[in-house]
Amino acid sequence: MSDEVELHPAVAGAQPYMRAETQGENSAPEDAPLFDDGAGRERLEKVLSRYPTRRAALLPLLNYAQERNGWVSRPAMKEIAGELDLTPAYVHSVATFYTMYNQRPVGKYLIQVCTNISCDLCGGEEVLERFLEETGTRPGETSEDGLYTVMEVECLGACGFATVVQVNDEYYEDVTPERVPEILDELD
Amino acid sequence: MAFPETHERETRTLLSRHMGEEEARTLDGWRERGGYGALEKALEMEPDEIVTTVKESGLRGRGGAGFPTGVKWSFMPEKGDDPHYLACNADESEPGAFKDRELMRWTPHLLIEGCVIAARAIQAEHVYVYVRGEFFEVIRILNRAVTDAYEAGYLGEDILGSGWGCDLTVHVGAGAYIAGEETGMLSSIADGRAEPRIKPPFPAQSGLFGDPTTVNNVETLSSVPMILDNGADWYRQWGSDDSPGTKLWCCSGHLNRPGNYELELGMPLKDIIHDVCGGVPEGRQVRAVFPGGSSTPILSRDELDCETTYEGLSEAGSALGTASPIVMDESTCIVRAMRRVAHFYAHESCGQCVQCREGTAWVTKILERIERGGGEMEDLDTLYDLCEQMTGKTICVLADSVVFPLESSLDKFRDEYEAHIKHDRCTATA
Ligand SMILES: Cc1cc2nc3c(=O)[nH]c(=O)nc-3n(C[C@H](O)[C@H](O)[C@H](O)COP(=O)(O)O)c2cc1C
Ligand code: SF4
Repeated sequence: MSDEVELHPAVAGAQPYMRAETQGENSAPEDAPLFDDGAGRERLEKVLSRYPTRRAALLPLLNYAQERNGWVSRPAMKEIAGELDLTPAYVHSVATFYTMYNQRPVGKYLIQVCTNISCDLCGGEEVLERFLEETGTRPGETSEDGLYTVMEVECLGACGFATVVQVNDEYYEDVTPERVPEILDELD
Repeated sequence: MAFPETHERETRTLLSRHMGEEEARTLDGWRERGGYGALEKALEMEPDEIVTTVKESGLRGRGGAGFPTGVKWSFMPEKGDDPHYLACNADESEPGAFKDRELMRWTPHLLIEGCVIAARAIQAEHVYVYVRGEFFEVIRILNRAVTDAYEAGYLGEDILGSGWGCDLTVHVGAGAYIAGEETGMLSSIADGRAEPRIKPPFPAQSGLFGDPTTVNNVETLSSVPMILDNGADWYRQWGSDDSPGTKLWCCSGHLNRPGNYELELGMPLKDIIHDVCGGVPEGRQVRAVFPGGSSTPILSRDELDCETTYEGLSEAGSALGTASPIVMDESTCIVRAMRRVAHFYAHESCGQCVQCREGTAWVTKILERIERGGGEMEDLDTLYDLCEQMTGKTICVLADSVVFPLESSLDKFRDEYEAHIKHDRCTATA
């Protein structure tokens, strides 16, 4: 967050928010504040400057919460609600509408395997199975060492390169079950 | 970083001409390639003239519905005191589609240029580019380009000293297919949950923050600069009268060479599959195709002669949609494929309409049962009934997006469904 000064307000609400730096053992505690320091305040101001209403900053700030803490906790939702003059219940109803907000900490590597139609035709299910097997987890569950969370995901929009797997903020394309151990090795 | 394969029948001189060139991503590289030239031209034109040129080009929306772009722009009211907005739909999430991602990661400045020209045409002061959350790589590239464009004076107040200006903000989603539906997207930006609302009023009357808004897809807006550069007649040298130009075709499924290909509108579907994409794996035949993405009616092997224009695919009983053929060979169980498609829409229903929420869930359950073994013949009638109940009765067309592929697959592959039910397993792929 040291380059906050350079972040153009036009892109301030659009920073990658799934990062190994803030996930797994790096996840922030539930009550970690968002806007109590210079970086947080600055982000808030930049985002607000782009919209005619405060409410429109909601998604950008939920994104920020996850970028900063690795997940979006109840206290974080409450803090955002306070800044935007919304109720915590409203913010919660928005956060839970979307699939990408982690409502609890996830593994350092969040592995999402597409099993939608194009990937399914090319063996997506087998890729998913193999990731689960290699990490010794069940879908959505984090491995004991805190490294991996493997999930099934809907279409990632890269269907010509099936099977598509997203690990945090990166795509892996043309993944086969055979490539799974190699991908996991590269991660850590 | 995957790069789309090329083929000699492609028209790789237009939309995709700089794909694969790392340099084209940078502002300098983009300028060296003639970038922002169309914008300079647009700044000397009156908004009406821009609208007229795009109207005459016949460009149609690339987000799925194919509505003529210039006509849509002309629906915007006279500019008064109220702000106007342009919302660029970069939510790309129709299963099968992956063209907007490719456009943005290779030529982000092309999109920015198209956005600013369109903003001038509809007199918008702010453009929001709504990018789906999963596209982090795209977001990084786009953020860099937007920052550079601001610095160079292509965005902001007084663009290139013209006395006119507009802002552009990158807005990132968080995983919800329904945020791609235009009113869902506007709700997502303004209110949080991506819940579509009834039209009318259309966004041009009451859109983002209740003000006049135009929603356009990434590929649509990326097509605008070349039309301004070269004129409407030039653009019309490709395609048909009703479907002019070229289009990125996202080809996936059982293909030897899947990928994105820029093709003149009108090439027979079978040529795209067999010639451009190298057909299906050796020794097999095509069984079925969703020609325009997973929400379009299925075509069987005997129906692939049709021309890939908006009108050609509609005559064939399907739709061009997002131009994303999902090709299935003989190893495909149609019941399973349809179950997978239905499951997606059930998962993505926003839940506002009972017919959609319950209908998509019920359809999925029945298909799962047939697939697993345990289906009954009456299930097929129930599926038809559900299709009827889900058609044309909901706020948005997500519910219809299940009906189109489902009903057509029941019509065309009924024997497969029946055999599945009779033998409690797939016999077609045995
Ligand atoms: C359920 C649903 C999902 C949609 N998803 C997208 C999408 O991801 N991207 C897109 O550009 N259009 C999508 N559309 C179409 C938009 O509603 C809208 O028609 C389009 O963005 C308009 O742009 P265009 O005129 O340039 O095509 C979707 C429509 C529906 C009903
Ligand atoms: S049709 Fe489905 S997705 Fe569309 S508004 Fe109704 S419930 Fe939501």
